[in-house]
Amino acid sequence: MKEYTITVFSENNIGLLNEVTIVFSRRKINIESLTVSESEVKGVSRYTIVVFSDEKKIENVVRQLEKIIGVFKALYFEAEEIVHQEVALFKIANSPKLNGNLEALIRRQNAKILTVNPDFLVIERVGYKAENQELFNELEQYGVLQFARSGRVAVSCQKKEFTSYLKELSH
Amino acid sequence: METAAKAENIKEMNNTGETLSGAEILVRSLIQEGVDTMFGYIGGAIMPVYDALYDYQKELKHYMSRHEQGATHSAQAYARLTKKPGVCFTTSGPGATNLLTGLADAYLDSTPMVVITGQVHSGLLGSDAFQETNMVGLSMPVTKWNFQITKVEEIAEVMAKAFYIARTGRPGPVLIDITKDAQVQKTEYKYERCKGIRSYQPVPKLNMDEISAAAELINSAKKPMILAGQGILLSGAEQELMEFAEKTQTPVACTLLGLSSFPTDHPLYVGMLGMHGNYGPNMNTNQCDVLIAIGMRFDDRVTGDTSKYAKQAKIVHIDIDRSEHNKNISVDIPVLADAKQALTELNKVVSGSEREEWMQTFKDYYQLEYEKVIEKQTHSSRERINMAEVIDCLSEKTNGEAVLCTDVGQHQMTSARYYKFKNPNTQVTSGGLGTMGFGMPAAIGAQIADPNATVVSVSGDGGFQMTIQELAVIRQYKLPVKSIVLNNSFLGMVRQWQDLFFEQRFSYTEMDNPDFVKIVEGYGIKAKRVSKREELQDAIQEMLDFPGAFFLEVVVETESNVLPMIAPGAAVSEMRLE
Ligand SMILES: Cc1ncc(C[n+]2csc(CCOP(=O)(O)OP(=O)(O)O)c2C)c(N)n1
Repeated sequence: MKEYTITVFSENNIGLLNEVTIVFSRRKINIESLTVSESEVKGVSRYTIVVFSDEKKIENVVRQLEKIIGVFKALYFEAEEIVHQEVALFKIANSPKLNGNLEALIRRQNAKILTVNPDFLVIERVGYKAENQELFNELEQYGVLQFARSGRVAVSCQKKEFTSYLKELSH
Repeated sequence: METAAKAENIKEMNNTGETLSGAEILVRSLIQEGVDTMFGYIGGAIMPVYDALYDYQKELKHYMSRHEQGATHSAQAYARLTKKPGVCFTTSGPGATNLLTGLADAYLDSTPMVVITGQVHSGLLGSDAFQETNMVGLSMPVTKWNFQITKVEEIAEVMAKAFYIARTGRPGPVLIDITKDAQVQKTEYKYERCKGIRSYQPVPKLNMDEISAAAELINSAKKPMILAGQGILLSGAEQELMEFAEKTQTPVACTLLGLSSFPTDHPLYVGMLGMHGNYGPNMNTNQCDVLIAIGMRFDDRVTGDTSKYAKQAKIVHIDIDRSEHNKNISVDIPVLADAKQALTELNKVVSGSEREEWMQTFKDYYQLEYEKVIEKQTHSSRERINMAEVIDCLSEKTNGEAVLCTDVGQHQMTSARYYKFKNPNTQVTSGGLGTMGFGMPAAIGAQIADPNATVVSVSGDGGFQMTIQELAVIRQYKLPVKSIVLNNSFLGMVRQWQDLFFEQRFSYTEMDNPDFVKIVEGYGIKAKRVSKREELQDAIQEMLDFPGAFFLEVVVETESNVLPMIAPGAAVSEMRLE
């Protein structure tokens, strides 16, 4: 079992997300994280899906994803073939004991404060999952009210970009 | 009068921008797509569409099934024979859920279908309204595409897309769910056939490098073997396959759904593959040096244990669906192409000379199979008739030229083994899903597709009772379908597994059956029962000669097993003869 990041490009249609996840669930592959949003091409959604599986299975999954009507392209990558990040937001209760300590931590962790109000403050950190987790661990002493993190977003290192796949399809 | 006038003008009326109801637009869309026959069952949520159908009885013949599942199987068989999408209508809720088995069957067996289900008013969606089921959600895993129409303006475009998707590429079923309000709203009607969808490439561009690599391997083969699947029939590549086999002097074996893609009396034909196929092609799968798989998907019933499947061979796999390449079996040369397209190119560059020794091995295996199995079954010395005798006789008396629709079980495997198919596309069976209850409704669809053909369904006593109500369709539309039930008073195939793999613990497989002849007669269909060997030939002749529907029950041996057999989990070369 290895970690794979799957990128899917599709139309932005109702129900497609469901079709995409069925391909995983029918093989009992758990989705570790999933992010869907518009890609560099207007109207085309980009999915970033992280799973643990073996390559043979993932190869089949990717082809079955491409078979879905509405999906343009599906690709899979190992960790070293992509550049990836996650966003984490931390909501912390505002209290006098934060003073001083927090700022140093935030600077050291490369995080930033998004909002401060009398009741709470919100910290943002962009990084690898483990790094964001580490910040969470450190913040816990101040009482973390909420910890929300995005799924992975990733861009691949490969030369061929989606726009050229799209061009091939329209021929 | 009005209807006739409408019909004449349908072509011109197509783009006049007339304002029509959604229901009428739907019906016109079907006509635009060349549909003239459909199957279905009415109910509340589809009533506006049925009301529109009333005006188009001349252009669209609707066959009313007696259960929606029956309608799907009839539509499937109709589609397989005509190569046009089979069309089905049902209401929402239970009508729609009754379709699911047929959709799953069509999906696994690559059958083009456009299925239209009524749906509750769009304002009620999600509210658990009366007869509301989430059909888009339910059918997603068993359709090639589906869509819910909630606005009248969507209908024409979605219908065009539905037909395009169902029939192109690897065919499959499409479900269109249409809310009741969309059926009654009106809009301007304008129909344009779909010419393409940007995220869908039905016909792959042939890669000539793949063709050359395949040709090189094929031309170097000493002991090649062709595995012909339904892809040959779907792409109409029977002639190309014949030319390819003859040019390369390669023996041809068929999958269950590939049967009739190659004439059984051809010297290069070596039989059926798979669990209950013929001995030679299964054994030689693990002896050949080059395996040429065309339009088939290495189903587990064909491969047995994949870790011991054709390990010695180089494999060429021609398929139109890229997700089939390397799915079950790793192949050396995947060729992404329609079977006809690939074979046409290959035929320009392949050659081979006679392979006497190699062909002899198939003959030797056949001889062994004949002595150990075939002779014993077709010339049985036991008191009761063997299924094989019935199919053997039917094959002879129809000269292998009937359209044979089979159900699922021992009788299906026996039919596949013993019927000597002469013409392409003359077997209709449920392969991938193995749906009991498929056979007789399929025969209805086949007969409608080809009114002059001799259409025979062969079912077991179990499966026949799963869709027995469809006899009413045979009656109502006076279809000359011949239905045979091979009655062994058991769920025979399951009984066989209990016999071989469950220490003869016959748990719930024995059946106390009704009087089939009486039931069928109740439907107004001529019926006969035979149990004596001496009467069999005449009974089959009588059935075939009868100028209308005929039902024949043959009481067969209860304890006979279909052999040879590859036990579940065993390798193809471990096929047992007894
Ligand atoms: C709808 C459905 N239910 C159950 C099965 C499992 N099954 C496969 S073959 C079989 C027995 C079929 O018995 P029968 O129709 O009498 O045919 P026979 O095998 O005796 O020829 C059963 C129960 C199935 N294939 N389909």
